[in-house]
Amino acid sequence: MQGALTSPVDWHAIAPELVLTAFACLVLVVDLFLAERAKWLAMPLSAIGVLATGAATLSLVGSERTTLSGSYEIDAFALLLKGLFCVIGFIVLAISFDYFRSGIRYQGEYYFLLLCSLLGGLVMSSARDLVTIFIAIELISVPGFIMTGLRKGDPKSNEASLKFFLFGVLSTAVMLYGMSLIYGLSGGATRLDRIREAIDGSGNEPLVMLSVFFVVVGFGFKISAVPFHFWAPDTYEGAPSPVAAFLSTASKIGGFVGLLVLMFKAFPEVADIWRPVFAVLATLTMTVGNLIALKQRHIIRLLAYSGIAQSGYILVALALIDPSSPGVSRQALESALVYIAIYAVMDLGAFAAAVAYARRGGTYFIDDYAGLWQRSPVLATLLTGFLLSLAGAPPMAGAWAKLFVFLATINAQVYWLAVVMGVNAVIAAWYYLAVVKRMFFEAPELEGPVEVPYFLRAVMGVAALALLVVFIYPPVITELAERSIL
Amino acid sequence: MEWLDNWGLSLAAFLPMAGVVLLLFVPGSMDGVAKAVGLVITGAALLVGVAVGVRFDYGSAGAIQLEVNERWIPQIDARYHVGIDGIALPLFELSLLVSFLCIVYLLWHVPSPGKAKALIALTLLLETGMTGTFIALDLILFFIFWEVVLVPMYFMIGIWGGPRREYAAVKFFLYTLFGSIFMLLGFLALYFQGNTFDMIALREQGNLGSTLVQNLTFAGLFLGFAIKVPMWPFHTWLPDAHTEAPTIGSVLLAAVMLKMGTYGFIRIAYPILPDAAVYFAPVIGILAVIAIIYGALCCFAQSDLKRLIAFSSVGHMGFVMLGIATVSDRGINGAIFGMVAHGLITGMLFFLAGSIHERFHTREISALGGVLQQMPRFGSVLVYAGIASLGLPGLAGFWGEMLALLGSYQPGAGLDEGLFRILMVGGGIGTVLTAGYLLWTIQRVAMGTVPEKFADRHDLFDVQPLEWSAWAPLLVLILAAGIYPRMVLGVTDGAVQTLLKSFGG
Repeated sequence: MQGALTSPVDWHAIAPELVLTAFACLVLVVDLFLAERAKWLAMPLSAIGVLATGAATLSLVGSERTTLSGSYEIDAFALLLKGLFCVIGFIVLAISFDYFRSGIRYQGEYYFLLLCSLLGGLVMSSARDLVTIFIAIELISVPGFIMTGLRKGDPKSNEASLKFFLFGVLSTAVMLYGMSLIYGLSGGATRLDRIREAIDGSGNEPLVMLSVFFVVVGFGFKISAVPFHFWAPDTYEGAPSPVAAFLSTASKIGGFVGLLVLMFKAFPEVADIWRPVFAVLATLTMTVGNLIALKQRHIIRLLAYSGIAQSGYILVALALIDPSSPGVSRQALESALVYIAIYAVMDLGAFAAAVAYARRGGTYFIDDYAGLWQRSPVLATLLTGFLLSLAGAPPMAGAWAKLFVFLATINAQVYWLAVVMGVNAVIAAWYYLAVVKRMFFEAPELEGPVEVPYFLRAVMGVAALALLVVFIYPPVITELAERSIL
Repeated sequence: MEWLDNWGLSLAAFLPMAGVVLLLFVPGSMDGVAKAVGLVITGAALLVGVAVGVRFDYGSAGAIQLEVNERWIPQIDARYHVGIDGIALPLFELSLLVSFLCIVYLLWHVPSPGKAKALIALTLLLETGMTGTFIALDLILFFIFWEVVLVPMYFMIGIWGGPRREYAAVKFFLYTLFGSIFMLLGFLALYFQGNTFDMIALREQGNLGSTLVQNLTFAGLFLGFAIKVPMWPFHTWLPDAHTEAPTIGSVLLAAVMLKMGTYGFIRIAYPILPDAAVYFAPVIGILAVIAIIYGALCCFAQSDLKRLIAFSSVGHMGFVMLGIATVSDRGINGAIFGMVAHGLITGMLFFLAGSIHERFHTREISALGGVLQQMPRFGSVLVYAGIASLGLPGLAGFWGEMLALLGSYQPGAGLDEGLFRILMVGGGIGTVLTAGYLLWTIQRVAMGTVPEKFADRHDLFDVQPLEWSAWAPLLVLILAAGIYPRMVLGVTDGAVQTLLKSFGG
């Protein structure tokens, strides 16, 4: 640790984080001086901040740097994820704008918290050190607790916030306990590569396994893997919907990134033991998430459970890691990255459409989506596109996300898992189609067209177009993923 | 003509997709413009198809022609590899023709609830998926085209379909998705055995993995293709989908989409996994004959004309699968002929069922009667298509069934002759049953007296000019293929011989 404090800092390497921090503070300060009806200006300012962060990230493309004595790494993997976090941040801002402007106070505070949480994601992408990973995951979560409770008057929002907070703290405690064990076992190392060396052949396997177990359970809460998922649907439902969108993408992906980095960088030597655990976790997550989703009547809850099921597919990648055959591991990680990137866009798209519908005289109940096609064909078509993508049906990029996971699974010769995924894909198609069916095949019960703010419309359009382009020419994303292997 | 050799196939496949993009800019209220766009685009695609047909070298129909092999997804070695041979050409042309005719039919009548633009866009999307499936030579490309047809057909059934459309649409979607996932698993297994997604390269490699792996892979492919065909007992989605779909949906399903399954067997499963194909041949043969007889018996029990035609499809596709199961020269040639014939005839029958519904607002066979008296031309066309469907010599339906039965008399090497001769007898009984229910149906619908309900309906019009233009090509081709079967067999035979080389023949 001492080295980290005294060694010179590569300022350019952490430029994206610095820019984002600066903008977060700026938003908070500027908000103090804005009149109540001008508070909305915090949003464009935040958007500029996210764009600037994205630009800073782009300026690092092609470079491989390490700073803070090896605990912070800038490589293709980190840059890809930072870019993705910027995209997520931008879309969430677009979803938030109209929602917060017309309904809730605390706009400045909200955008500040959102940027802070996003910053956690950026830090997580580069963190290669236990302490940094821990800080990153907390940086992602803590603003989340507050954002969830922003609808102060609504008991559901309070409940959501409290639940999220308690589960979050519990998971942090468990994770931290595991990390402290690792710290002791590895003789005081916090850098992942050092931990890996220390563990390899240390002869302490049962203890190592115990500590890995605690860490995985801790992350299990963050990524809402079954059986650690109970908080997610209630939290998403109670939280302001844009926050739910953020939690189900940025926050979850942050957890996944941490988990991937840890498993690939620190614990590959004991992969034989934890691989089956992830296989079971993936199966449970997919199956339980899908089965409960079948019964949902509230679109946000549906998306919450569908998001849980989708996490299962990313967990599959962790169940395939095999240090003895690098090709298999490579492909597993590649499939996880492709899945994460595509999932973020399609899930945010679906949330955006749900928010767009609810803000103007609509509701979140799926029954009220009946005949949406006749009322607002563009919105219905866009939502259908996102849902089909989540279901993995062409012509949307989601098909490739699933296909790449299948490919990695067959490559690792874990056939039973491939069959589990196949059956789950069919179950999932059922409830996504149930929404599509309401929108297209049923007569409308509510009247009048749905007005969608132009900005949100544009963002959804671009997201859908991106999914379409990736469907037609997948190298757009697969090539990036291939270059971004840890 | 250089560009045609390179990009003719892709042009035919993607023109409709371009049409969809074009339609996005047409306001929803301008039905006429949307129809014109649909007509021009499908017409142009058909013209490209004709040019491809002219350019095709029939002397070497066994070889892949007009081939394009470009980089697509290097990370998984999936390539944009398309090409066409004697097996694919008839089906490629069929899908272009039928799509065009469907648009022509739409000019005459757009089913409730209207919205012609959306319906045309979906038809175009379907056309891309269908034609693409028949030209793809890369497994991933094939899979993508295969899956593209899923969503448009789902919407077509769900929005423009009959009373139970929601149920039928979802059932269709889930069934096909389920099958295609196992097909995909089979493709991936092939990839990890042969290190390529290229169908041609995989065929040339032969011997992909142990017998167990080959059989398992074949089983995965079988599930995907068999659901699409559909073979008994995977057929239950078909009667619902066909019955509830709007007319053009039924026509496209019957005429082209079912063939994607049988084509998959001939193009992928058989040449790449010949040993497994021989291993599974008895199972396929038995299921095929069950389908023939079961389909025919079900037809006797149907009261809805459209549902009857749907079940007759189960039987007819049974003949196609029987031909494929024999792994013989005659059988497979017959199967491809059967696909084309079934496409023409059943497509025609569904057009007729749709037009009957438009006129009488019912498809109940018991409520209809005396169509020949009331609308002599319409009745004649109905009788003609019905007789073609039952396999009368001289019309297209005959050759496919006859060759399939001939093939099972003398199945390919390694197959149990005794079993296949029993299957031949079963198929033979099936032809008699088929003739039985079709004649009975013709008798009830076309002949007899006009029911009182319709006796003083003077607004019933005979075949309309637009109907004629949608149907005439089918009617002519049914006759032409019946009189001159070489029209199809001459194209397919070379390719079938190439296929049989995989079986050491």
